[in-house]
Amino acid sequence: MDFYVIAVLTLDATVRVSAPLILAALAGLFSERSGVVDISLEGKMLAGAFTAACVAYLANSAWMGLAAAIVVSWSLAMLHGFACITHRGNQVVSGVAINILVAGLSIVLGLVWFHQGGQTPNLPNTARFTEIVLPGAEAVKNVPVLGELYYELIGGHNILVYIAFAAVPVVWWIVYRSRFGLRLRAVGENPKAVDTAGISVAWLRYRALMLNGVLCGMAGAYISTAQNAQFVRDMTAGQGYMALAALIFGKWRPVPVMFACLLFGFLDAVAVRLQGVEVPGIGVVPVQLIESLPYILTVVLLAGFIGKAIAPKAIGEPYTKER
Amino acid sequence: MKKVLAVTGLALLVASQVQAEEFKPAVVYGLGGKFDKSFNESVVNGVARFTKDTGIKVFEFEPTNTPQIEQGLSKMAKRKMNPIIAVGFDEANALEKVAKENPESKFAIIDSVVDQPNVESIVFKEQEGSFLVGALAAMASKSGKVGFVGGMDIGLIRRFECGYEQGAKYINKDITVYQNMTGSTPEAWNNPGKGGELAKSQFDRGADVVFAAAGGTGLGVYQAAADAHKYAIGVDSNQNYLHPGVMLTSMVKSVDVAAYNTFKEVQDGTWKPGVKALGLAENGVSWAYDQYNKDLITADMKAKMEEIQADIVSGKIQVHDYMADNACTY
Repeated sequence: MDFYVIAVLTLDATVRVSAPLILAALAGLFSERSGVVDISLEGKMLAGAFTAACVAYLANSAWMGLAAAIVVSWSLAMLHGFACITHRGNQVVSGVAINILVAGLSIVLGLVWFHQGGQTPNLPNTARFTEIVLPGAEAVKNVPVLGELYYELIGGHNILVYIAFAAVPVVWWIVYRSRFGLRLRAVGENPKAVDTAGISVAWLRYRALMLNGVLCGMAGAYISTAQNAQFVRDMTAGQGYMALAALIFGKWRPVPVMFACLLFGFLDAVAVRLQGVEVPGIGVVPVQLIESLPYILTVVLLAGFIGKAIAPKAIGEPYTKER
Repeated sequence: MKKVLAVTGLALLVASQVQAEEFKPAVVYGLGGKFDKSFNESVVNGVARFTKDTGIKVFEFEPTNTPQIEQGLSKMAKRKMNPIIAVGFDEANALEKVAKENPESKFAIIDSVVDQPNVESIVFKEQEGSFLVGALAAMASKSGKVGFVGGMDIGLIRRFECGYEQGAKYINKDITVYQNMTGSTPEAWNNPGKGGELAKSQFDRGADVVFAAAGGTGLGVYQAAADAHKYAIGVDSNQNYLHPGVMLTSMVKSVDVAAYNTFKEVQDGTWKPGVKALGLAENGVSWAYDQYNKDLITADMKAKMEEIQADIVSGKIQVHDYMADNACTY
């Protein structure tokens, strides 16, 4: 197989792997830009994955599953908000609590409902988001270079992948061009100023968390009903944390965040393909090294080598109106 | 009245204690969970059959993280359970400790060797079963490329891979065998998304049959094969029913029979500690042929499989055990 085809297929895998990371990272972006640390991306994704798999199976509809996943993830985001906006609790503690809660609860409920050891039943293709063949893709499939590109890389993904990438410009517009976005950025930097202007800090942060919940629910539904066809315990496997790393890597800005997610996805796709393959001049690259690259990159960035990642100033601090 | 009650109570207590020392079977499952549709579920089936046949309840413990394994084993031992089966290689360290602390209890471990006077170690010759399914994969492959997806990168899983590769090459010496491991931590047993990606990467490179030995991760591999209209091979339990028409076969480990027999032997008093290695000759491993995959297997393929099986049993074909020298040389 020639190099070009391999490259296209690797990028194709990159797109598939990055999609849930992008959704989750954008979710984190809303929350953290408003000044609320969100370590519970992982938990909300897992809850979304579990709910989507259950509902999609029972209703035999991927869309119903997606809707339910959004509702559940949204509710958890509101719980997070209730704990750390209304009651000014520690945001990290609340996030970790949600992660632990979901990890346990999904297995327990799965056991009780389906008696398959915390897994949900396998979904038929009618209850999944399946690959979309773009118009004309079959016809141009054999056209050299562009045909491959159109058929493999641009086409042949499920609808949630397209939604994930479409969400990037939308989020950019919301954050940088809308009134809500201006206030969102302000509340993460200087909530006092926002408060002085007569805008409710709590309500703004709640709205940010609402968007956060919706996006996390989609990311979860992607994992269980598009990428896979059932829920398996702990199936998010740390992707929530990867998204968080991408958020920092992308310096809390939508487009760089997308590229960070694509980079992580690309490293993953390459890692898969490099296992056991001899690289000329280097020999066999240890898989462990490639697997740990995203984390190494994040640490390097945090150490300030690739440029400073400056967090929103008011992040992690509950807002107190009066002392 | 009070006295009578107390005496009855005492009698009951004594009675239950006497019974306790006789036969109280227990199982501590592996981290994959009881219903992994694979390894642990096979034990569940064996246990269920034992309870059905004898009417004796088997106590079960399902740990959710590594530290719980030791707690579970030692709790079972303290409750005077006898025998106690530890399911999976990752319970070996915990069992070694618990077996030393409870020398009067009888233990068995599946998939690992614990060298203690009160432990029976049941291991399987996975390489022999993997050789068979590897041969079948090579027969079914049209592209001359087959794949393998392992769970956690450990010697046991490498043993599957090595047997598979050897079997595939036995049929077609020019065949390409792609192999991927999901990861190097126990999370690798439960990552179907990654499993699916690994399978897709092998399909991209031309593989048309993939064998997964990866617990819950394997479910993602089979789904990817179903989506891409390729063949997949199941592991541990007979997984042919998961995707009829896609599942070429399954490399079945008779873990259920092993668990059943251990209970039975302890009950009958014929139980012995030591290592018990189960291969093709002992029906410990096999390839699954049933109503779900019979349309995929031609008469020629079936005949060839039976021939290879006989040759392995007779020793005409020597299958290399990866764990013997930590290398896949054959």
